[in-house]
Amino acid sequence: MSSEALRTAGGRRLRLSRDDLIVRGVLLAVVAFLVLFLLAPMAAIFLRAVQDNDGNFSLAHFAAHLQTPSLLRTIWNSVWVSGTVVLISVPMAFVFAYALTRSCAPLKSTFRLIALIPLLAPSLLAAIAFIQWFGNQGVLKPLLGWVGLTTIYGAPGIIIAQVYNTFPHALMILLTALSLADGRLYEAADSLDTSTLRKFFTITLPSCKYGLISAVTVVFIYVISDFGVPRVIGGNFNVLAVDVYQQVVGQQNFGRGAVVGLLLLIPAVVSFVIDSRVRRKLHAQLSARSVPYAAKPRRGFDALMTAYCVLVCVLLLAVVGMALWTSFIKLWPYDLSLTLRHYKFALIEGDLATAYTNSLKLGAYTAVFGTLTVFVGAYLMEKTRGLELVRPLSHLLAMLPMAVPGLVLGLGYILFFNRPDNPLNFLYATMPILVLSVIIRYYTSSHLTAVTALKQLDNEFEAVSASLKVPFYKTFFRVTLPVCLPAVLDIARYFFVVSMATLSGVVFLYSHDTVLASVAILNLDGAGKTGPAAALASLIVLTSAAVCLLYSLATRVLLLKTQAWRSAGRR
Amino acid sequence: MDTALQGALVDEAAGEAVREAAASTTLSIEGVHKRFDNHFVALQHIDLQVRQSEMLCLLGPSGCGKTTLLRIIAGLETQTGGRIVQNGRDISLLPPRERDYGIVFQSYALFPNLTIAQNVAYGLVNRKRPKAEVQARVDELLTLVGLATSGDRYPGQLSGGQQQRIALARALATAPRLLLLDEPLSALDALERIRLRGEIRCLQRQLGVTTIMVTHDQEEAMSMADRIAVINHGLVEQVGSPQDIYERPATPFVADFVGKVNVLPAVALGGGRFRAGRIELQCAGDCSTHAPGEPVRLYLRPEDRATAGALDGAANRVWGRVSKVEFLGGSCMAEMCIDELNGQPLHIYFSLNQLHDLGVRVGARLELALRSDRIRVFDAKGAAQ
Repeated sequence: MSSEALRTAGGRRLRLSRDDLIVRGVLLAVVAFLVLFLLAPMAAIFLRAVQDNDGNFSLAHFAAHLQTPSLLRTIWNSVWVSGTVVLISVPMAFVFAYALTRSCAPLKSTFRLIALIPLLAPSLLAAIAFIQWFGNQGVLKPLLGWVGLTTIYGAPGIIIAQVYNTFPHALMILLTALSLADGRLYEAADSLDTSTLRKFFTITLPSCKYGLISAVTVVFIYVISDFGVPRVIGGNFNVLAVDVYQQVVGQQNFGRGAVVGLLLLIPAVVSFVIDSRVRRKLHAQLSARSVPYAAKPRRGFDALMTAYCVLVCVLLLAVVGMALWTSFIKLWPYDLSLTLRHYKFALIEGDLATAYTNSLKLGAYTAVFGTLTVFVGAYLMEKTRGLELVRPLSHLLAMLPMAVPGLVLGLGYILFFNRPDNPLNFLYATMPILVLSVIIRYYTSSHLTAVTALKQLDNEFEAVSASLKVPFYKTFFRVTLPVCLPAVLDIARYFFVVSMATLSGVVFLYSHDTVLASVAILNLDGAGKTGPAAALASLIVLTSAAVCLLYSLATRVLLLKTQAWRSAGRR
Repeated sequence: MDTALQGALVDEAAGEAVREAAASTTLSIEGVHKRFDNHFVALQHIDLQVRQSEMLCLLGPSGCGKTTLLRIIAGLETQTGGRIVQNGRDISLLPPRERDYGIVFQSYALFPNLTIAQNVAYGLVNRKRPKAEVQARVDELLTLVGLATSGDRYPGQLSGGQQQRIALARALATAPRLLLLDEPLSALDALERIRLRGEIRCLQRQLGVTTIMVTHDQEEAMSMADRIAVINHGLVEQVGSPQDIYERPATPFVADFVGKVNVLPAVALGGGRFRAGRIELQCAGDCSTHAPGEPVRLYLRPEDRATAGALDGAANRVWGRVSKVEFLGGSCMAEMCIDELNGQPLHIYFSLNQLHDLGVRVGARLELALRSDRIRVFDAKGAAQ
């Protein structure tokens, strides 16, 4: 950029300093990263869907697919199953969140911890566990008869397993929504002698309306785009996500796969639009000054809420417990003696130790590079100036990954990076592409965590350091990063945990050398080796749990050192 | 009492003239214009000369553009027209880092994870000065703002007023030639605000640093500023000393915004006489520009009246009934319905002593004289005469 003053039609621009150039360069790099690894693969799906197999423009794949007799049935299946999961999971999580925020139930932090356990596991774990409970040889199979079912395979199994998987996602959103309540509204209502029920419908529900909508869309997208659970417990019940998998992996029909991928993108994009509107309003609510609500003890209500939390926690533990138990017993249900042979089989005879270490590597790389990209990106978008035309695009790109189902993203990666004429072709089937796909897939929630932390910082830090002639990056390293350290560490942990468990994003992208534990579970289960599959799934849960534990110990020490200013006593 | 005040004013005026002669322009804002991307025009056309070592207050209601102007001077916003010259150097297009100023924000923007001493040293450390020199300068500044022993503490451990002083020390550490203050006192409670007003003013005089302060608080502006620029709708309405602004408001907006004022609709009769209600009011000074029959508005401050004992020979004598008394501590504001103005209420200011001596209470009837030398005349559309 020349040192001459720039003139534009609308007005004048400040001369660019070295700081401005660095900011613009890095921001453009982040945007380019998102364009290359998010937009381009999506565009590749779209292009592939409107080409025939020779690369000419044609709607043949659409036509062929729309003539599939089972298509409407598949779409309807995906939609009603997802809808049913929403109807069960969201209310269940709402009551749980209500108990944690509005009652004086004991052991709240324990309940919360248990409720979040499903996040640590691959989605397949739930499917395996429910087969053990209710499958053809399940202990509780007779229970099915009571509710008029003959088998768990199919829609019932998918629904119950997905309720388990989506519960913590809905819970986290609703916990935030409910904890934002303004205590003064309740005091005002009390002073007007309002009944509890009326308070609930006039204050509580409206105040977490946006949280509820957000939870509904998140759960819906999760279920409609997850293919692991229907694949394991779905039996002959067809859904769109499995359709994509079969077209691509089973029949190598990328064109048809792209068409189904686009279909899958429709509900996701609709939910994304709803969710992003809702988030804007949620934010406005968040920035208002309010007095936090403090629950008062009410004996009957608290007892009821405690009982509910205990019940849900027992159910959640029963699922992960069954998976653990399955991994340690010889042969369900004939020989229940304890053994380590499934672990031995999975890690040594099955030669899947590499799968496990690959998952660890993926987790570590994603934690480091994902956190770096997300935090630097969020900082530049929130706290710097310049490139005003690029900024709306950068915000959109950061929010978009939420709307892209993992399976669709993975399909886009094959279509884009596996093209022989793509200079980035060398990435295909390597560890880096797995890392990149996971970073992109989980970009949005990490980005939002970073943005929330950055918004709490004074907006004028950059202006102050400029006035003191201190380069912005010095202030970034001396102030912004240290102050945001807790959020940065949270993002790193999140990236690690989701990398360990992720399946649908990476199932198209691994090679023999980069096979991951979650993929190995799918393959083991497909081969009927439930014990080793459960063993590997348990190993992932235990690893993630151990890492989270170590992590909280390590961060406690680190935070004590770096965050002394937080705890320093007031006047 | 009035004569003492007059004397003080004469002194002020003389001092003002001396300063004016000695002062040289250090910052010159020439025709600055700002239109935001959403086409909102924040500044229409701003011309301002800031003099060496003076304290200039930008005063106006919220949304008038005063903060935008400050941010343009700091390089945090870019003007869409006009230029800014500091000490002969055109800084209009320089990035903030290449300009010479220190700034204090309303939020203080202290770095929460750095100690007070590290905050103050923030700009010094970057200049690669020897450690001992930095330390000495930090000590000097902390002593200057009266917080010499707080260097090891964190901003969160200090009160709002103390944080404000640290922000000031940090801004002054690098000895900038221009100090920008953006509503520096508005986050403080009333007592702290008044104490800091005096301290900032004292420090500014002591260091002789040219200062521009943005505020919406007219009392703050009047007590601190050498000169006030009253801004409204992105235009400078008037620039002048606090007394000037108060006593000779150039526009109805300034009269309204700075201090309290009574507005009387009237019709010009010529020769400095105006009919308001049933009375002819005499105005001293040059009021001849209003042709007879022209509708005007007369502006009169609540204290610009004479009462019993000073009424002999006074013009504009009226009778009124007290309808409301608002107690203000050492003084009070009465609302009086004036007979000659067909009962129009005027706000009239009384000291507490006058309140007792004249028997001002609701229902009482009093005679007043509206001071002809104080009435300001504006035409009915609002332009100054």
